[in-house]
Amino acid sequence: MNVTKNTEKERMTFWEKIYLPEIARGLGLTLKQMFKPTFVRQYPEERWEPLGSYRGRPVLVLEEDGERCVACGLCARVCPALAIEVRASETEQEKERYPMLFEINMLRCIYCGFCEEVCPEEAIVMSKDYDLVFTSTEDAVLGKDKLLMPVEQLQDRLEFLRRWR
Amino acid sequence: MPQITIDGKRIEASAGKTIIEAATESGIMIPHFCWHPSLSVAGNCRMCLVNVGMPKRAPDGSTERNPDGSPVIQYAPKMQIACATPIADGMVVELSDKRTETAQNAVMEFLLINHPLDCPICDEAGTCKLQEYSFTHSVGKSRFDDPKWHKDKRVPLGPNVMYDAERCILCSRCIRFADEVAEQHVLTFVERNDHVYVDTFPGVTFDSQYSMNTIELCPVGALTSRDFRFKARVWEMSFNDSICPGCSRGCNMQIGVRDNQIQRLEPQTNMHVNQYWMCDHGRLTQYDFVNTNRVQEPMIRRDGQLVPVSWDEAYKAAANLLKRYKHSEIMVVSSSRASNEDNYMLANFARKTLKTENIDFPLHTDESFADSLLRTADRSPNSRGASETGAGNSRRGVDFAHLLARINSGSIKALYVMCEDFAESAEMTAALGKVETLIVHASNNNAVTAAAHVVFAASTYAEAGGTYVNVQKRVQHFRPAVVTQENSRTTGMKMSRWDKFGTQYDRWAQGERRNCRQNWNIVQGVANLLGGDWHFKSSEDVFSDLAHHVAPFKGMTYELLDEHQGLILDRADSPEPKKEVYKSFTMKPN
Repeated sequence: MNVTKNTEKERMTFWEKIYLPEIARGLGLTLKQMFKPTFVRQYPEERWEPLGSYRGRPVLVLEEDGERCVACGLCARVCPALAIEVRASETEQEKERYPMLFEINMLRCIYCGFCEEVCPEEAIVMSKDYDLVFTSTEDAVLGKDKLLMPVEQLQDRLEFLRRWR
Repeated sequence: MPQITIDGKRIEASAGKTIIEAATESGIMIPHFCWHPSLSVAGNCRMCLVNVGMPKRAPDGSTERNPDGSPVIQYAPKMQIACATPIADGMVVELSDKRTETAQNAVMEFLLINHPLDCPICDEAGTCKLQEYSFTHSVGKSRFDDPKWHKDKRVPLGPNVMYDAERCILCSRCIRFADEVAEQHVLTFVERNDHVYVDTFPGVTFDSQYSMNTIELCPVGALTSRDFRFKARVWEMSFNDSICPGCSRGCNMQIGVRDNQIQRLEPQTNMHVNQYWMCDHGRLTQYDFVNTNRVQEPMIRRDGQLVPVSWDEAYKAAANLLKRYKHSEIMVVSSSRASNEDNYMLANFARKTLKTENIDFPLHTDESFADSLLRTADRSPNSRGASETGAGNSRRGVDFAHLLARINSGSIKALYVMCEDFAESAEMTAALGKVETLIVHASNNNAVTAAAHVVFAASTYAEAGGTYVNVQKRVQHFRPAVVTQENSRTTGMKMSRWDKFGTQYDRWAQGERRNCRQNWNIVQGVANLLGGDWHFKSSEDVFSDLAHHVAPFKGMTYELLDEHQGLILDRADSPEPKKEVYKSFTMKPN
């Protein structure tokens, strides 16, 4: 039988029962905190910079000669939430195909990082962006214009992947 | 018949067969790249190397035996290729012992030395034998450190086929196909050693009518379709079985659909009809009209303009128009391009509801289209079926040959056309203006719909279920592959992951659901307003009624047709024996 007994130890003492001393104790604790150093961050002005291991918004790596992505569609296949849509087309460059359309529905995305893990070209990685705000459903579907991020800004993550993956 | 043992399983096969043939017949797959049941044996990929043994013979000719009475097996000092070793009685073949596995892994290691491993780019990924065997027969490690040898990646071999020399594993399947099946001797190996690649002879291109079969034949992604190139990944498409409507051969095929748009057609093996092949014309032209230029909804003509209306309104308009005429003034044009179900319903509608014998269908014959392999001169898929189901002329009414004269003389005033466009006859198209009432079922906008008074949006073959009768009198069943508002996903259609889980809020799941109906259903709608009493729910219902009433179809059901890959007319009770169907790829998704 899963019954807990009200043991002697768990019962309130006389001083606790009369309540007022406990109030004074609580106020005392509050008073003590007022003279200690603060940990509050003035968030929108003062942002937190995550480490390379942080999984923020997935982005596409943009190099000098264009995106790394070859539109293989593995990220779309592996995505458990079906957030990613890729449509391929042909280019004249050495890598024959490129994503004509690449969209991530951020309302579906669960930041699991499977897309990054499966990507054979290291073209989609998790960035440090964590504060995403949308005013409509359409806005939440990010196209290539919002997804492409220069490789310099992603060095921490790429370094993390190289070392720990 | 010799008995052999493969992996401990005793099988029987006729003498003269090779090990791989005997194994494939009994459903055992020996890994291979270059061997194909309908091509000659090349024996150059070495993937089917197996450990082969025979009972050991004593000098006096008797078989040596173990203490338990079983024969002592003596294995050949070198491994044998299963595709070129004939079977012998008592032969023992080991597929999964250490020696065979080592050999398979070694062959994979060799094949992958210069393979670019650009699967993310390659269209073949997902249906690639090299990928499959990398999973199943390779340890996935290479000891080769030197840089890979690079070759040309985009070489058009012909108008429809693109060649990637780097991916090629030089199995010669395409060369043998061109020589032996397509009979266009233009492909050959060039250079030597690891520099070898496939090329056409100078001054010629690989433009055979069957060239695109090399795309499925190619075990890797070296040959890809120029038409399909990068349109979709294999696992993003759903594949449903269908029949090519391009000619009366009725090649079995699969329709690859993504976002409710047909992306590609590929042959489906049916040894009784098209074997493994399909012509390029079929694959390249038989899907565009499903995707584009469609009649979007039922329309009726008001003040000279075609305006969209609801289905009930269109049915009512057609029925009211037909009521105005005497039986002899109405002509019903059935179609050799429509299924048996459609023609059967239309014939019943004409004879029983409209009480006219004026019913016939035009033939689409083109002698120049025929060849000795698959293509036939009859360019419609079901002319045999149309006449069997009673949609042809019975010599008592106006037939199609006399229709033009009767329209011009004014004795035919109303025309009910199912799925025919009269594109071959300019006179016929011109005469349509003289008809007082023109009611059409049409899937695409054309000259007939432009002149029509009532237009019903009809489903194409890819959106309907039904049967065709091919040139060999074989009744073949095809399934819907594209979703319409009429056929929701309830008919047992195969679906891709995206089809299954897409919602109305996902852009990728918003492929158009067209407001079109199958022809038999439209006929039923009009007929029931004119005194008919039909309540068929699906094309399968129509077919069971048809099998009940039309003698040559007796005993046929969709289930039986699927099981036997089609049945011959009048011979539903004695189908050909079923054979193991060879499949090149075993891991194809969806």
